Amino acid sequence: MIGTGVLKGMAVTARNFFGSYFEKDRLITVQYPEERETLPENYRNFPFLVFDNDPEAGLRCVACKICEKECPPQCIYIVKSDDKKPDYMGKPQFYPKVFDIDISVCMSCQICVEVCPFEAIKMDKVFELSRRERFNALLIKKDELAKSNDYYHRIHPVEAAEVDANLAAAAAAKKKPAPTPAAAPAPAT
Amino acid sequence: MSATTEMQATRLPLPKMTSQIEGDLMEVSMGPQHPSTHGVFRMNVALDGEVVRKLKPVFGYLHRNHEKIGENTSYLGSMPYTDRLDYFCSMTNNWAYALSVEKLAGIEVPERAEYLRVILAELTRLQNHASLLGFLLSDMGAWGTPLMYAFREREKILDLFESLSGSRMMCDYMRFGGCRLDAGPDWFARAQKIIDAFPRFLDEFEELIVSNEILIARTQNVGKLSAELAINAGITGPMLRASGVNYDLRKVDGYGIYPRFKFRIPLGDHGDCYDRLMLRALEMRESLGILNQAMKEIPAGPIMNPKVKIRAFKPPIGEAYGRIEGPKGELGFYLISDGSANPYRYRVRPPSFINLTVLEDLCLGHTVADVMVILGSIDIVMGEVDR
Repeated sequence: MIGTGVLKGMAVTARNFFGSYFEKDRLITVQYPEERETLPENYRNFPFLVFDNDPEAGLRCVACKICEKECPPQCIYIVKSDDKKPDYMGKPQFYPKVFDIDISVCMSCQICVEVCPFEAIKMDKVFELSRRERFNALLIKKDELAKSNDYYHRIHPVEAAEVDANLAAAAAAKKKPAPTPAAAPAPAT
Repeated sequence: MSATTEMQATRLPLPKMTSQIEGDLMEVSMGPQHPSTHGVFRMNVALDGEVVRKLKPVFGYLHRNHEKIGENTSYLGSMPYTDRLDYFCSMTNNWAYALSVEKLAGIEVPERAEYLRVILAELTRLQNHASLLGFLLSDMGAWGTPLMYAFREREKILDLFESLSGSRMMCDYMRFGGCRLDAGPDWFARAQKIIDAFPRFLDEFEELIVSNEILIARTQNVGKLSAELAINAGITGPMLRASGVNYDLRKVDGYGIYPRFKFRIPLGDHGDCYDRLMLRALEMRESLGILNQAMKEIPAGPIMNPKVKIRAFKPPIGEAYGRIEGPKGELGFYLISDGSANPYRYRVRPPSFINLTVLEDLCLGHTVADVMVILGSIDIVMGEVDR
């Protein structure tokens, strides 16, 4: 009989309509500004610079410009310093005099994070970044980009713990060769 | 000779398609702001009353120089751009590109990464087909409801992608020689839950549409594509199989680890819009079968080939064409390497662009309202068509 197919479809919509009051997977929306879902651990959107202790001197970035070169949409702009300053481990290193990221160009691909050999740049979880000004407001400067390692631990706990372990291992490996040559000649004399 | 051609012959060269009435044909420009053109796509149609007599597709509104950009960035730098080709299925785009680079450089992929790729590609197929059915019904006038049901399921899968790769649609997940991040046991548990709940959605959706008289009247015998024309025009994917040609790269090429899975290829009989629609529903069921097998068999182990360098990746001189069966058809990347860090040539073989070329043949003799249904059933994404 003509019309039964339509009625069957109506039964499905009715089932979904009433079901949405009782079953959670039939209604998955949340009332956004009031209700917020927690972001997954891996969530990423824009890069930031990690620092230890001090936001100016503790920046891990050594201005090697690899991220600037590899960034597919070319949204990173770095000016290398002329002098060297001791970094967070006390070793004299170059530092970025200027480090800008144009987040209106950034496409959140996290290639800068992958290529960074110093674990200096990581992905942030901030959103709701709308600005009233169109150009300079979206060009994020170094002081605004610098965020503490604690903040990194807060937003990506698992990944940050891994990074810290890697850095500690690298530091230990670097320290070890120094005492061994000093220790090796000792028995000879 | 008709009045139209005489007029064209005598007057000065004007823009070929105008909105004036020429003889008994009216030329109308549909799109690019038409809500049913799936993006910014324009069709110049010559109408005889309501019947289409001529149709000229106009592309290029979303052209972003994708291939030229690919030649000017490193091999790794093109990976996030491939997400933006067919923004519904970034995982399969990633896979096709990774596959061609792996072919070019001779990179092996670890077992676990292969399984992850299959799982993610089939999830992509599920969400692509689900949302396509929703859009198609929306084009036919079933405003909102079926589309929202489809998007509800799609959203669950996108949440899975987000928790794995960090982004819902622009996943940028695969790398040459593996995948970027590993999935934990809780991710697999969540994915299994979604896969188990998916058949209910499919049953309900089929109940909603299969016997609906309006849908049958709108789709059956509309936009018939013969197997011969489909093969000659280079059509691939569900559209080709709806015309009854048994050609699926997962079986033909057996790329990745697809030969290990047991699945069937659904085929259509008539090649009309109804077949194309139902074929996608059947394909989703087969995808669920593949997913269930892959979730059971996935081994532990590394997900990246440790020999592959991320920085300064330079494949040897040569060329390679890697192709996969994307949700829309054969998606291929053709790369020529001159040994430097950038590809010498980077070419995309987009399925929806090539499937779109038969649009005029399908639409001739049908009404304007049918054009929207036919266009919807081809399954295009303008990001891929215009690149």
